[in-house]
Amino acid sequence: MNNSINLTHGSGGTQMHQFIKERIMAKLGNNILEKMDDAAVMENQKSSQIAMTTDSFVVNPLFFPGGDIGRLAICGTVNDLATSGAVAHALSLAFILEDGILFSDLDKIIDSIATTAKEARIKIVTGDTKVVERGKCDKIFINTTGLGFINEGISISSHKAQPQDCVYITGTMGNHEVALMKARELFDFSITTQSDVAPLNVAVNKLLSLTKNIHTIKDPTRGGVASALREICEHSQCTIKIFEEHLPVDKDVHAVCDLLGLDPLYLANEGKFIIIAPESSHSQIMQAFPQSSIIGEVIKTLTNNKDELLLETISGGMRKIRMLDTMQLPRIC
Amino acid sequence: MKEKIKVIKNLISTEIQKQNISNINLMEVCGTHTMAIAKYAIKSMLPTNINIISGPGCPVCVTAATDIEMGIELASRSETIIATFGDMIKVPGRKKTLSEFGNVKIIYSPLDALALAQNTPNKEIVLLGIGFETTTPLIAATMLQAQKSALNNFSVLSMNKTVPAALEVILSSSDCKINGLLLPGHVSAVTGRNYFDFLSKFNAAGVISGFGPLEIMESIYLLVKMFSERKKEVINNHPQFVTEEGNQTAMKILFSVFEDADVDWRGIGIIPHSGLAIRKEFAQYDAKKKFKLHTTRIENPPHCLCGNILMGKARPNDCKLFGKACTPANPIGPCMVSSEGTCAAYYKYYL
Repeated sequence: MNNSINLTHGSGGTQMHQFIKERIMAKLGNNILEKMDDAAVMENQKSSQIAMTTDSFVVNPLFFPGGDIGRLAICGTVNDLATSGAVAHALSLAFILEDGILFSDLDKIIDSIATTAKEARIKIVTGDTKVVERGKCDKIFINTTGLGFINEGISISSHKAQPQDCVYITGTMGNHEVALMKARELFDFSITTQSDVAPLNVAVNKLLSLTKNIHTIKDPTRGGVASALREICEHSQCTIKIFEEHLPVDKDVHAVCDLLGLDPLYLANEGKFIIIAPESSHSQIMQAFPQSSIIGEVIKTLTNNKDELLLETISGGMRKIRMLDTMQLPRIC
Repeated sequence: MKEKIKVIKNLISTEIQKQNISNINLMEVCGTHTMAIAKYAIKSMLPTNINIISGPGCPVCVTAATDIEMGIELASRSETIIATFGDMIKVPGRKKTLSEFGNVKIIYSPLDALALAQNTPNKEIVLLGIGFETTTPLIAATMLQAQKSALNNFSVLSMNKTVPAALEVILSSSDCKINGLLLPGHVSAVTGRNYFDFLSKFNAAGVISGFGPLEIMESIYLLVKMFSERKKEVINNHPQFVTEEGNQTAMKILFSVFEDADVDWRGIGIIPHSGLAIRKEFAQYDAKKKFKLHTTRIENPPHCLCGNILMGKARPNDCKLFGKACTPANPIGPCMVSSEGTCAAYYKYYL
């Protein structure tokens, strides 16, 4: 039986080396990774600040419409880097593999990692593989850590939103979570929704080459746009008002939400950013992220820690939006 | 739509001012309306002297802890799979909820449970039957289908209820202050408008309404108008879907499988003729009989005001537990359990 991972692939011996050489290096190799040192040594960039982030990926199923765990592991980390305005420079990649995972699945995942890393223009410079006994992990867990450099004059954070700023979302909400729900067979309506999982760092780099006047970029993953905006309100001590009629939602996602009683504002995204910037940056934002729409504005500085996030509903009424308290049922993870 | 709603909003304000109405209490009977009113922020568009009170029509919320215990007893058996609508898994029983069991499967239609029974012949599939007149005909049809295909590993734990008896309890109570009822469009599509004519016995008018913001605002206007004209009618404001007689076929199917019963409502207690039990001809599909289930009645937790909230006599803010000990992540009372519950809606949208 040599069509699947077994414990010897994690033992440090020849099988492990062969596995790394044939299945990983062959696809992800570059001048730094191929040195196979315990630490990656890189040229120092002459920039003012370094950004670093880490994330672990445990998604089920491994393959879903529009993506897979490999693509997710690259995008999640480069997108987190991009929210600071950093140019992604290098990535680490660590696998925890369950004894018995098929090489055919693993190869597909590594192919996807290679394609996505290329798309994101980032090198994987160091990595690790562990194999655990059956039942000790769910097929494959991946951790990636990203390193990036922030160019001078850029200061982007969730603490920087200001009154009069416009609030953008770079595309439709909820596609990732709905695609995953479909993949998990939580419902069987026929929909064609694909996960939006994508690296956004290249577009952010483009945006920052056009204007540095961007205050906040945020990745509305778990908890969705609502939770991300609430966090921005809290960090920037401001009140944001959004308009239900301007919220972009695909037809299929809308239908699923309607039928299952879910709110798209709380659904996870993996390829969309919230961008908060003054109106003067509008044309540059639209150039870098053509699918963007303005969903609201920062209306004032926060008073008494109240009314952080307001929604004007399609009927013209107004209400507050909370962070997600519990998981929306049906659950997705 | 916004413009039309604005026009109705002004009509409502004008009527309130013109007639010098100091206070009017309207109850939305159904959980779907509770959520829609919260979601569209309807209250923010109404004059403050219109009180919108939530009623007992969230089927998950009014499911008694005793019934949940029966579900839990079934879920504890290795040979069963419990098929249920999502929200039910969070409802507290005596100590546990159904979410703690691995063999509980969330479904979206009763027919999914039937398919599950066909595909897993070595397991006993028990469908948790919840819902009012809207959902129950579908559950009845599923049972008829099970009978037709001679399935012997499928049964229903009926917790199904009907709307009128609970409304009668609320409206006949001596301290009832309700002036008008917003009636659910989907229930009425099955039952017909005339199903609610019994309301004329009480001091309340009714308007059957759909669930969009425009329809809800229109229906509220009709209720205010009837109040100022002292009329006590049941108006059908959802005529695209609701007829005078309703869907007689669906009602026939419902009552061919179920019969009238006295059942326990969480927070309210036993209400005569308010529930649906499975007829004895269908005993083999009745989980209570098939698995010989019996549990003793469980009282509502102390300090929990859900009973009064379901009756329209208290608001979530009146409850000491609300938002503190009782939250959506850790619900104590029934109204916090379902996303359609009054407390859950208040917590999410108004707190």
